[in-house]
Amino acid sequence: MTTKEIINPANLVYDKTSILTDNVMHYCPGCSHGVVHKLIAEVIEEMGIQNKTVGVAPVGCAVFAYNYLNIDWQEAAHGRAPALATAINRLLPENVVFTYQGDGDLAAIGTAETIHACNRGENIAIFFINNAIYGMTGGQMAPTTLVGMKTATCPTGREPHLNGYPIRISNLLAELDGTCYVTRQSVHKLAAVRKAKRAIQKAFENVIAKKGTSVVEIVSTCNSGWKMTPHQSNLWMEENMFPLYPLGDLKDR
Amino acid sequence: MEEVKLMKGNEAIAHAAIRYGCDGYFGYPITPQSEVMETLMDEAPWNTTGMVVLQAESEVAAINMVYGGAGCGKRVMTSSSSPGMSLKQEGISYLAGAELPCLLVNVMRGGPGLGTIQPSQADYFQSVKGGGHGDYKLITLAPSSVQEMADFVGKAFELAFKYRNPALILSDGIIGQMMEKVILPPFQPRRTNEEVRKECPWGTMGKTDDRTYNVITSLALEADVMEATNRRLQAKYRQIEENETLFEAINCDDADYVYVAFGSSARLCGDAMEMARRNGVKVGVLRPITLWPFPTKEIERLAKRVKGFMVVELSAGQMVEDVRLAVNGCVPVEFHGRTGGSVPSSEEIWDVTQQKLIKK
Amino acid sequence: MAKIKGAVVIDSERCKGCELCVEACPSDVLGMSPKVNTKGYHYSEMVNDDACIGCAACGYVCPDACVTVYKVRID
Repeated sequence: MTTKEIINPANLVYDKTSILTDNVMHYCPGCSHGVVHKLIAEVIEEMGIQNKTVGVAPVGCAVFAYNYLNIDWQEAAHGRAPALATAINRLLPENVVFTYQGDGDLAAIGTAETIHACNRGENIAIFFINNAIYGMTGGQMAPTTLVGMKTATCPTGREPHLNGYPIRISNLLAELDGTCYVTRQSVHKLAAVRKAKRAIQKAFENVIAKKGTSVVEIVSTCNSGWKMTPHQSNLWMEENMFPLYPLGDLKDR
Repeated sequence: MEEVKLMKGNEAIAHAAIRYGCDGYFGYPITPQSEVMETLMDEAPWNTTGMVVLQAESEVAAINMVYGGAGCGKRVMTSSSSPGMSLKQEGISYLAGAELPCLLVNVMRGGPGLGTIQPSQADYFQSVKGGGHGDYKLITLAPSSVQEMADFVGKAFELAFKYRNPALILSDGIIGQMMEKVILPPFQPRRTNEEVRKECPWGTMGKTDDRTYNVITSLALEADVMEATNRRLQAKYRQIEENETLFEAINCDDADYVYVAFGSSARLCGDAMEMARRNGVKVGVLRPITLWPFPTKEIERLAKRVKGFMVVELSAGQMVEDVRLAVNGCVPVEFHGRTGGSVPSSEEIWDVTQQKLIKK
Repeated sequence: MAKIKGAVVIDSERCKGCELCVEACPSDVLGMSPKVNTKGYHYSEMVNDDACIGCAACGYVCPDACVTVYKVRID
């Protein structure tokens, strides 16, 4: 059978979900954001919740997330997505509300909103992209930047006595009584992508079951910010990010 | 039958919010407005009307909760006092930029900084000149009685939704804390989700099959798109100025001198006006009810025939600048202000009026 | 014995040439085209058609949702 013959709708096994719009994403080539957007879109389609899902976009690289998923969206001020999501969830308790935030948004400027939304156990899902750098503004130090890692604002490498330590915010959030599910995933390999998708689905299921706040951290790459190829970034992430941010569930109740 | 009650201005705000079908209140305690949330928590409207009341972790979170709720088309509000309002300014700019209707309440206290918990009117500039970043305007209502605290909740929601713009009740510690009789509005049911969808088809209540998805945002990176947004906003603001300016003119028709004052200051000027009239001087009071839009045209009109204006504020002089712009040098505009929670007596106001304006 | 055979279609206009699909493919099916799309990116394409098993690893890791995968079972 020739390739041409195989390419037939009857044989389709993998395709772009219709929840993703046709807009080409503005992300750099190889950026993890695209994979996570795609997974969220796939889960929304598979769960049939397009008409009740409301997304809250952050400030950061994902500021234009609302251009890519065919659902209602609100664009929050930097760090405030969990506050918006809190109100949307309280006022529309039957809807499915999620925030999509980067490390600066969630773990620096929005730390208070994140912690308190989780502590109140808001029925929302928080998708947290941790790539240890500020991508949108051009590669500055993030709260999650590794010790020794070079960025535009720690050009000789992060030094704890100057810049403090990388924050493992998901561990902190797992300590709060309001969170029901806190997990750390990645999307750099087939198996990892599958696991991350299951985690995203579980987070949405928890929202529907009103179990509390679910946090899915995705340890991600920023090859432009890290100044590596996408593939090199994956290897670097495995070697350097995973020891500090080990993958797996931190909490599941 | 009308229910006449005796209560604080802050309490009246809370009761009125429930009765005007408010969907959600998000706040953070700060003196002298804490009774707003305390009253709501006492009334527990989530058991009756279904209204959500939430104590946020900060004023910043509270205003962003308002953004989230307003973005769904819901009738939501927050209240605070001056330092807390400073914290909310970022969120207010975003609300204005995303054209979200909501009610904000500022029960002003003295500043700058942590200042004092005593009453003040020194947030006039913050309220009507921007406060946050960018070219935007807040519909600003200034109540001068507990009755107006209640009434303006309804008025502010009406204007906010009519124009898709945040509306502010700019009160102060005097009006917030003092007790007066008030007739509360009749209970108005909260809108159903279907009614909200109909009134606010732009809201993010979940996409329906008959429309493309909605986005609430204030972001427009391209210069031409951002400028088009600003032009649209400015056109809306001109329309509000044209249609919604409110003021109260007391004895202005035959007046030689006119007090211009808002909120609690206007009450003091009313007493000073009585004193002046007893002394044979024809004095009137012009009380702007909307601080933005400002009653510029009415002041312009009066400036053509009166001998002078006296502006009285609980600040070092803020609204006086708008009065001077309106008067445009036609007649003298004098100012008397007290700060830090000190409140002038009506005798003091009348004395200063004679010294500065009349005996000149 | 049954044989699984796959095929991959890349939306060459959406593709940004990140090469993650090339790395993810367990059968070395994909390579980069010498041609570029209208944005100037070299896009990925099938260079070893016969080796494709339709596992969709390329699709899963693609950040830009440009991959469509087909699979047949040949008895």
